[in-house]
Amino acid sequence: MAKAVDTIPVSRAATPALRVSPTAVRVLRQAWRKPLGAIGAVIVVVLVLLAVFADQIAPYPYDHAISGARMKPPSAQFWMGTDNLARDIWSRVVYGARISVTVGFATVALVTLLATLVGVSSAYVGGVYDIAVQRVVDAWMSFPALVIILSMLAALGPGLLNLILALGILGAAGTSRVIRGATLAALQHPYVEAARALGSGHARIVMRHVLPNVMATIIILATVALGTVILAESALSFLGFGVPPPYPSWGGMLSGSGRSFMYHAPWMALCPGAAISLAVFGFNMLGDALRDLLDPRLRGGSGRMRA
Amino acid sequence: MRRYVFRRFIVAVPSLLIASLIVFTLPRLIPGDVVQLMFEEKSYAKDIEEMRAKLGLDRPIAVQYVEWLGRVVRGDLGESLWTRQSVVDELGRRLPVTALLGFEALAVAILIGVSIGIIAAVRQDGPLDFVARSAAILGLSIPAFVMAIVIILLPAIWWGWSPVSTFVRFSDDPAAYARQFALPATILGIASAAAIMRLTRGMLLEVLRQDYVRTAWAKGLRERTVVLKHSLKNAVIPVVTVLGLQVAQIAGGAVIVETIFGIPGMGQFLVEAILQRDYPVIQGINLLIVMIIVATNLAVDLTYALLDPRIRY
Repeated sequence: MAKAVDTIPVSRAATPALRVSPTAVRVLRQAWRKPLGAIGAVIVVVLVLLAVFADQIAPYPYDHAISGARMKPPSAQFWMGTDNLARDIWSRVVYGARISVTVGFATVALVTLLATLVGVSSAYVGGVYDIAVQRVVDAWMSFPALVIILSMLAALGPGLLNLILALGILGAAGTSRVIRGATLAALQHPYVEAARALGSGHARIVMRHVLPNVMATIIILATVALGTVILAESALSFLGFGVPPPYPSWGGMLSGSGRSFMYHAPWMALCPGAAISLAVFGFNMLGDALRDLLDPRLRGGSGRMRA
Repeated sequence: MRRYVFRRFIVAVPSLLIASLIVFTLPRLIPGDVVQLMFEEKSYAKDIEEMRAKLGLDRPIAVQYVEWLGRVVRGDLGESLWTRQSVVDELGRRLPVTALLGFEALAVAILIGVSIGIIAAVRQDGPLDFVARSAAILGLSIPAFVMAIVIILLPAIWWGWSPVSTFVRFSDDPAAYARQFALPATILGIASAAAIMRLTRGMLLEVLRQDYVRTAWAKGLRERTVVLKHSLKNAVIPVVTVLGLQVAQIAGGAVIVETIFGIPGMGQFLVEAILQRDYPVIQGINLLIVMIIVATNLAVDLTYALLDPRIRY
């Protein structure tokens, strides 16, 4: 626990010299109150670092066959062993973090943009437009996520960009519903009416008065969505709809050769599996903790290990 | 109540129509060169014109949609481009398989989720509660396919035991048929169990603080009676609502679990169809799944109204 608490402020407060800023103290205190959230934050930071510095961290290139090292169990030289093509699994897991992080953040950016546009406009314009848009959202939401994403990928074809597009469009539907709710609430405030009475245009009202109030909700939704998206990406890669080989993605490493050789070389399946679970766990914990901290109204529960 | 039922039905209609429009439009998103590619790769047709005609891409979109909808209403989903078999027939064969898998998964989810939720709530902040909640978070974080592989793999490494991978048909041995779903259904149900557990715990904690429960304690009733008879009834009502969401969750998860365990259900059918770009099949499966989910949500809403007399519409 103490280790987790030490690590967070280092990454966040390293900028303003050695002086401990009030923000750092606040972050420290929150990390102490939400140990699971702090652990989640550490996992997320490590994950992002792995993705960014994969070239420096990975001991071997991801597609490099090391001669005489086929399906070697984990050892000091190969931390996670090697696979059936004599590639270092630890290196592949490190490079795989790139896919998870890229898909995760790009998708969530797309989701946030689309959902904010749809949600805010639906609530602000109202009337027939609102009803029509919400029925479309209903329809999108009545498909099981995986089924509709697979079908979209069948039309678009597999690949990283299409994966992000499909995940983004689907994620936006549900998210926009929540943002619409938050916008409706924000519109009730007297200062919105005051702004209108003063002759503010629609753009000004939305940008200056509505959006700032919806921001907390948007940030929370985005953090929580990251875990879900990374999980979905790994599932789709597992089914063979992710990045094409030889580039490693965690889900892809688990399917195909990872599965056919798993009885002889269990580390081929277990290591990427652990990586996915850890990453999803990290994002879920961080998201839950942020939600509890930023918006008590959306309080769910899983993050409150100390109730 | 009758008016509510009626209104709820009316609201479901536009959702279904829009969903059918999405199901219908998806294949139309294919860029032209992909039609060319499908024609060359899969030899679905004699020439590119026939290929377009097969996909129904040769006429105005509105006409196509109305025609397609007309056929769907009559129960005709076309035939597979790949096997030339009627999609409806194939779905009829595969739906029971996935349905049984889904029911077993839901049963597992409710059984584990509700019972552990009760224990966690009654022993709030105790060690059992902590373990249950941590397990729930783990259950939500570990993807079904990772869990499936770990569950298949570990016994194989430790005891050299691995599950049988041949599929037993119902006609051969009904008991073995149902039993072979036990492991996949458990894996499928675990994520739902975690969600249900968290909700049950939260709801029960809220109910346990209410006045009538305190009265029940004050009357000197035993813990079993207070918790299971007085509190649980009110606590599980919201749990019924999430069951609707869980059906969607399980339908999606079935795609993966069926692929891993080689179960010839709808999920496996969908993955095969997508890999072969077999659009009539993809449309058929999507439409069926959406209908099931819309129907489930409708049923959930109505059950909700029936269960809770405080809700009056």
